[in-house]
Amino acid sequence: MTPSTLFEKIWKTHEVVPETAETPAVLYIDLHLVHEVTSPQAFSALGSLGLGVRRPDRTLATMDHSTPTMSDQVFGRVPIKVDAAARQVRQLEQNAAQFGVELFDLQDARRGIVHVISPELGASRPGMTIVCGDSHTSTHGAFGALAFGIGSTEVGHVLATQCLLQRKPKTFAINVEGRLPPGVTAKDLILAIIGKVGVSGGTGHVFEYRGSTIRALSMDERMTVCNMSIEAGARAGMIAPDAVTYEYLQGRPRAPAGRDWDVAHARWAELKSDAGAVFDRSVDIDAGAIEPMITYGTNPGMVVPITASIPHSAGDAVADKALRYMGFRGGEAMLGKPINTVFIGSCTNGRLEDLHAAAAVLKGRKVATGVHLLIVPGSQQIKRDAEAAGLAEIFKTAGADWRESGCSMCLGMNGDTVASGQYSLSTSNRNFEGRQGAGARTLLASPLTAAASAVRGRITDPREML
Amino acid sequence: MQPMRSVRSKTVVLPLTNVDTDQIIPARFLTTTTKDGLGQQLFSDWRYQADGTPNPDFVLNRPEAVGCEVLVAGRNFGCGSSREHAPWALLGYGIRAVISTEIADIFRGNALKNGLLPVTVDESTAAWLLAHPGAAVTIDLETTRLTLPTGVSIEFPIEAFARHCLLHGIDELGYLRGKLPEIERYESMHTGP
Repeated sequence: MTPSTLFEKIWKTHEVVPETAETPAVLYIDLHLVHEVTSPQAFSALGSLGLGVRRPDRTLATMDHSTPTMSDQVFGRVPIKVDAAARQVRQLEQNAAQFGVELFDLQDARRGIVHVISPELGASRPGMTIVCGDSHTSTHGAFGALAFGIGSTEVGHVLATQCLLQRKPKTFAINVEGRLPPGVTAKDLILAIIGKVGVSGGTGHVFEYRGSTIRALSMDERMTVCNMSIEAGARAGMIAPDAVTYEYLQGRPRAPAGRDWDVAHARWAELKSDAGAVFDRSVDIDAGAIEPMITYGTNPGMVVPITASIPHSAGDAVADKALRYMGFRGGEAMLGKPINTVFIGSCTNGRLEDLHAAAAVLKGRKVATGVHLLIVPGSQQIKRDAEAAGLAEIFKTAGADWRESGCSMCLGMNGDTVASGQYSLSTSNRNFEGRQGAGARTLLASPLTAAASAVRGRITDPREML
Repeated sequence: MQPMRSVRSKTVVLPLTNVDTDQIIPARFLTTTTKDGLGQQLFSDWRYQADGTPNPDFVLNRPEAVGCEVLVAGRNFGCGSSREHAPWALLGYGIRAVISTEIADIFRGNALKNGLLPVTVDESTAAWLLAHPGAAVTIDLETTRLTLPTGVSIEFPIEAFARHCLLHGIDELGYLRGKLPEIERYESMHTGP
């Protein structure tokens, strides 16, 4: 048999109808995650056609994007401040009830960011196809699943048929070898990869992250890497499952148990790219050469090692516009630049290990005067775990603002925003103009860099504080 | 969906690369539960000043942009989030086709499902278009050719089935639902991972 890649194996087992020159493949979807922002129009479309949700058992809804993170708003003691967001929350409640879809609503103990809770439940598993109306669905590829973001029309297609019309993408191997130096995290690794591949280098491809560095990563770290695949243009990124994956999954509420576990485990063991499998493209990355990374511009590819200076725009009008927006000049050092806000959270870096990393830096230290440090757990479960582990106490003692879970300041549509002109050092995934609020200036970095910089009030190399 | 055959219009040029969907429609406008009215907020942070008045320097606010249905932009248009609100906002404003050397995957799929044509062209054609704002172009979906006012005509790639659906006004969901017997057969053979 011809050797195949991990992607090709999953694709093949999900083809209901293979693609032809005239028609795309009909691809079966194992798990459909739904949230309040990209689903209302899809449910309306179903309603107007008199259709139901075909497989409610393969559909899971939660609310995260537009939801508040202030406890009194979440638990109904005061109304949700953003009116339109409150309407969107109610709309999802109505749609879930009408269409019989399982919903983790605002006050559910299992609620959280959609890409955090599905892995946490054991609902995201190797070999699955997983979609959601959100581009960071690539996160679930960390489990050896084919997971990608879709638009609202496609959300409707999956609700109605449990299938999507898809052309087969190409494959792209990201080979990473060596050991990440101390103070260098999975976030720095993916930022370095995006810097090398470029923000559109992955267009039309599915990434497979491979090599000794990737195998040495924990599941939380693998999710951080796969999460940002879309920032290099790839719709999906995946990592072959191994002992780390199985250990994470075993015992989770929706993971198979007993005999079912043994059957699943045997099937998962075959989910890896065969020796000699051919990728359409590949790139090699030396993990040992990576430093803590930070963005300086207005897309995630505009990234440098934290000790470097800002590249000159060299007459490039677009780079010039980005530097003007950021209030930076070519040749300036990144280290020591003042910041106003620090955000630790999001589907990229809102998991328990991220909070442990931040706490390691913040323990016994204080947030600099005039800096707002906002720490938002990725899920209510992570919130409880962080409180039980004493992390929340460390954060509060340091002067940080500790909230309920949600997308929060990653995308400024829920009341958590950065003011115009202010600098925000953020562990999220996008530094686009206005992403965290109109006029906000975002710098992307790891939780370690974020915590260290919050303490000094300036961009700080976290290695100085470990 | 109404069948469509071609778009003939003058172009409006946005000479920027990596125009992301947060620029096309900022997240704070995604709290809507319909597709309507998003054209007002298209490119909001570039189009309007802090006090809400139009920014006279932005291309869409110039008199010559009125009525233009074809947007020409730099490489990697539509990168970022999967929000279908981006094509809804462009269509709501009156844009019916986007031309670039590269168009992001999710945006391209969303655009095609709404009758907004994503047209990718080679570097030299893009350079000509970027240098000639207001050029009257024809994008013919039947022949899959873009014709410039110079008479130069080039073929552009478009997914065959999406083209077929647009030309004939076919709804993709109807086609997918026609595959329900195959889907049921698949489900009976696969219990899933």
